Amino acid sequence: MGMQEISGWGRFPRRFARVAAPHGEAALRAAAGGGGAVARGNGRAYGDSAIGSAATIEMRRFNRILAFDSSSGRLVAEAGVLLSDIIDVFLPRGWFPYVTPGTKFVTLGGAIAADAHGKNHHCEGSFGAFVDWIDVLGADGSVTRASPASNSRLFEWTLGGMGLTGIILRAAIRLRPVESAWISQKTLPAANLDAALAAFETAREATYSAAWIDCLASGDSLGRSLLMLGEHARAADLPPAQRAAPLQAPLRRKRRVLWNAPSALLNRCTVKAFNALYWRQGLRRAGESLVDWDSFFYPLDAVLGWNRIYGRRGFVQFQCVLPTQSARAGLVALLSETSAAGQGSFLAVLKQFGRGRGGLSFPMPGYTLALDFPATVRALALLDRLDAITLEHGGRFYLAKDARMAAASLHRSDPRAARFQAMRRKEGLDTAFASAQSERLLL
Amino acid sequence: MNEPKPGVMILGGRSDIGLAAAHAFARAGHPVMLAAREAQSLAADCQDISLRYGAGAQAVEFDVLASSALPEFAGAGEAPPGIVVCVVGLMGDQRESELDPAAAARVMRSNFEGPALILGLYAERMAALGRGTIVGVSSVAGDRGRASNYVYGAAKAGFTAFLSGLRNRLARQGVQVITVKPGFVATRMTEGLDLPRALTAAPEEVAEAILHAVERGRDVVYVRPVWRMIMAIIRILPERLFKKTSL
Ligand SMILES: Cc1cc2nc3c(=O)[nH]c(=O)nc-3n(C[C@H](O)[C@H](O)[C@H](O)COP(=O)(O)OP(=O)(O)OC[C@H]3O[C@@H](n4cnc5c(N)ncnc54)[C@H](O)[C@@H]3O)c2cc1C
Ligand SMILES: NC(=O)c1ccc[n+]([C@@H]2O[C@H](COP(=O)([O-])OP(=O)(O)OC[C@H]3O[C@@H](n4cnc5c(N)ncnc54)[C@H](OP(=O)(O)O)[C@@H]3O)[C@@H](O)[C@H]2O)c1
Repeated sequence: MGMQEISGWGRFPRRFARVAAPHGEAALRAAAGGGGAVARGNGRAYGDSAIGSAATIEMRRFNRILAFDSSSGRLVAEAGVLLSDIIDVFLPRGWFPYVTPGTKFVTLGGAIAADAHGKNHHCEGSFGAFVDWIDVLGADGSVTRASPASNSRLFEWTLGGMGLTGIILRAAIRLRPVESAWISQKTLPAANLDAALAAFETAREATYSAAWIDCLASGDSLGRSLLMLGEHARAADLPPAQRAAPLQAPLRRKRRVLWNAPSALLNRCTVKAFNALYWRQGLRRAGESLVDWDSFFYPLDAVLGWNRIYGRRGFVQFQCVLPTQSARAGLVALLSETSAAGQGSFLAVLKQFGRGRGGLSFPMPGYTLALDFPATVRALALLDRLDAITLEHGGRFYLAKDARMAAASLHRSDPRAARFQAMRRKEGLDTAFASAQSERLLL
Repeated sequence: MNEPKPGVMILGGRSDIGLAAAHAFARAGHPVMLAAREAQSLAADCQDISLRYGAGAQAVEFDVLASSALPEFAGAGEAPPGIVVCVVGLMGDQRESELDPAAAARVMRSNFEGPALILGLYAERMAALGRGTIVGVSSVAGDRGRASNYVYGAAKAGFTAFLSGLRNRLARQGVQVITVKPGFVATRMTEGLDLPRALTAAPEEVAEAILHAVERGRDVVYVRPVWRMIMAIIRILPERLFKKTSL
């Protein structure tokens, strides 16, 4: 096991940690056996959730697809398999993940541990809704199969449990049958927040919906957004050129960010200009279009290593969910605070959530807002204020994005956190599994 | 309809490089056979490969040190596999090899004797058919013996020379022989070593290089080209100077 400097996707914070990439279950047991361990998938969580307190266990060697039933779409795979691999293998056969986060470079284990949500949360729920069972390596080194029907407590606490209930070895999930690799997209510009929220309500029936929001707009334009709706295109709806091979979409060209950008590149002016440009382009493209799956679900994946554009200091993401009744007021407060601080975020996403689930799973009915910022002193101070606004409006925070929150904020936002902590203590999970995040947040 | 791609026998199929090669060939449409000790433990890998690529994947029991069983192993099947890739190797511990002749012999036999014998047997069958491809994964460590790992290096040097001779002999008989020198690779063999990042390849990179070399009919491949230069320099250092270095 070697010492290495590691971080999450935001490259903030960085920690020296003991990292192992075991081959096989016996080696994994040995690597995790010393306690204070946490699994690491593909490191796409932004902060310090996949940095072990004593040992970080990389799951990349547990990446085998174990079984697939082509009548039901049920897939059994090891936890280190990437969603991108699942898509590569099964989309050409007419299957796609039911739920996918905004990057396909996450592992099955990571998506389960964060109970990831996609653009369809409002109608189809989170990743966990399509997990049939998981095999979890526990504190005593034994493996338990947990499902909604058996060992259901372990199942619920593991979905969204951020690796703190044990190491997921493998899982059975269900895939969605699709006729094509294309999405019929509809882009609806909304001139301000009220228009955006109204548009979300009107679009409740859409399978996929999410809005890019200009977080530097203020006054009458506060919250102006481009709402994007999507449906899996039926083969019959495709133009003739695509209809011949409906499950094949052209490969996108990949770009790669090789160097850390100088910090000066991302400042108020460039971000503002970018946002304004994006808005104007969106207006021009408003209406219906046919987009390939990769561009629709994973626009950012086209630029490999884009996290480097924030430079060496790294960046942080803020993501909260506000309950429906206080969502409007909360969003106005969050956006006004951000806009006033002039700390614009390149990527600001607004999305509606539907019903949540148990455990520590993040989503609940309402609206979620995600913003990112360079990890500067000023931005970190702003994030503390955004935390406070979220708390005032009864919201809660997404642990997969968090890198810096205070334990008190988490525990005030979510009474489940204390129950989770008590459960961990009772089961001896607190000494066996711990991350930099769980220590910071007293989980 | 395309012609079916030739089958690939991967000797040392459990190694990171061997498995990565199996994936690369299967992705390109070749059926693969993983030869390894305790082959039954590779069942999940075979299942994974066939689910992913729809290509056949099987595992077969193989021990490169079981010399007397090698002729039967290489003689199996009506025809030899179209492509044989040997990634078998053993780094050993240099100090242990200095102290214990049995340990040194194991390193020599696992990197040179065994791989050379089995590839020699396959070469014979391929030559009789007039076609086939042999890939031997050797090492830059064989380009010049160094204090830090000369037992392993010497065995790899022997293997490199063997492959070179085999290539020379079979060049006019339709059999292609490829020597692959990976440089540093992040695998189980090098786990825990502090390797320079810029010089260290991923197993998948080695696998792509092997596939590419087979498709292009290359002779000697350094996975990262910079290694060809590094080793050229190391090779021409005069002995008077070289013996004082610690590389
Ligand atoms: C560009 C981008 C867009 C994103 N968009 C979304 C989005 O739309 N929706 C959303 O929900 N999330 C989103 N995310 C976050 C991402 O989905 C989660 O952070 C996910 O957990 C990352 O998976 P990973 O495999 O990289 O896990 P890591 O980042 O390595 O780990 C994340 C957590 O999972 C745990 N974990 C990983 N593997 C295992 C295992 N085998 N057993 C137990 N625990 C494990 C870790 O301990 C850690 O707590 C996005 C991230 C990025 C970078
Ligand atoms: N990693 C590097 O930096 C590096 C650099 C240059 C060259 N190489 C060469 O690349 C090849 C693959 O190495 P690796 O890095 O992937 O390490 P590895 O995992 O240790 O691979 C060695 C393989 O050889 C097999 N093997 C050893 N003795 C055997 C025997 N008696 N019979 C059958 N199989 C035997 C091992 O089988 P088991 O799984 O059963 O143990 C293992 O699969 C080796 O030839 C190595 O010398 C590696």
